[in-house]
Amino acid sequence: MNRLAQPLAALVCGTLFGFGLALSGMLNPARVQGFLDLFGAWDPSLIFVLGGAVIVAMAGMLLVKRMKQPVFGDVFHIPTNRRIDMPLVLGSAIFGIGWGLGGFCPGPALSALSMGYLTPVVFVIAMVAGMVFHDRVLAGRI
Amino acid sequence: MTTYLPSFAGGLMIGLSAILYLILTGRIAGISGIVGRLAEGALPWLNGAFVLGLVLGPLVYLAVTGAWPEVTITASLPLAVLAGLLVGIGSRMGSGCTSGHGVLGLARLSPRSMVAVVTFLAAGIVTVTILRGSL
Repeated sequence: MNRLAQPLAALVCGTLFGFGLALSGMLNPARVQGFLDLFGAWDPSLIFVLGGAVIVAMAGMLLVKRMKQPVFGDVFHIPTNRRIDMPLVLGSAIFGIGWGLGGFCPGPALSALSMGYLTPVVFVIAMVAGMVFHDRVLAGRI
Repeated sequence: MTTYLPSFAGGLMIGLSAILYLILTGRIAGISGIVGRLAEGALPWLNGAFVLGLVLGPLVYLAVTGAWPEVTITASLPLAVLAGLLVGIGSRMGSGCTSGHGVLGLARLSPRSMVAVVTFLAAGIVTVTILRGSL
């Protein structure tokens, strides 16, 4: 049952995620860059996206902690690594630069694919190439 | 108010999606992780279904509200290529992006995610400040 239920859950959760992104304003690179433009024409509204998402996720984590296993799975795959290391900081800095330059992070870029603009398509192709390049070439060397 | 409320409501939905995905499948809804693993062919049905859902999201939004979400793209295509490469490399190197670190990591009070969020916010703010010449 899990073999069917898991992808179905992923489809529903992905759609809800994409709908939330569309409603929130995160699909608009100009809004995202406005949020990051702290010293210019700052648009603080996207704080409420992160705030709303973290509040719900935090409440949900209380439930997860009481569960022995996920509904359609055997174990929870939750990261256990606690080391603050070079790949974490350097990678996050590189990600932040790319996020600022384009106004897209991975979720919104994928969601925007359905809207008929060329830029998200180009961005996503480059992003996947960057991911594969990291995982096959850079991983373990930094 | 008119922009804050949809942003907050959208945020609630994103949080609900992420926690529901964890409760149902046991996995973190980190988009860079999902896409990176999908690109390597790992759990194609699970990861592919989530990505398909992400793409369908705005279409459902269009069906419900009757309008596309507002989008203003400023980046030229060469800049979009550079931005995409950096986002792809950086999110995999840093083990996460705005969803995995930003939503679930902060909700789990993960020290690694807190460092990641502060770092990518700072880098993004510096980048946009230079890009727009805001200082």
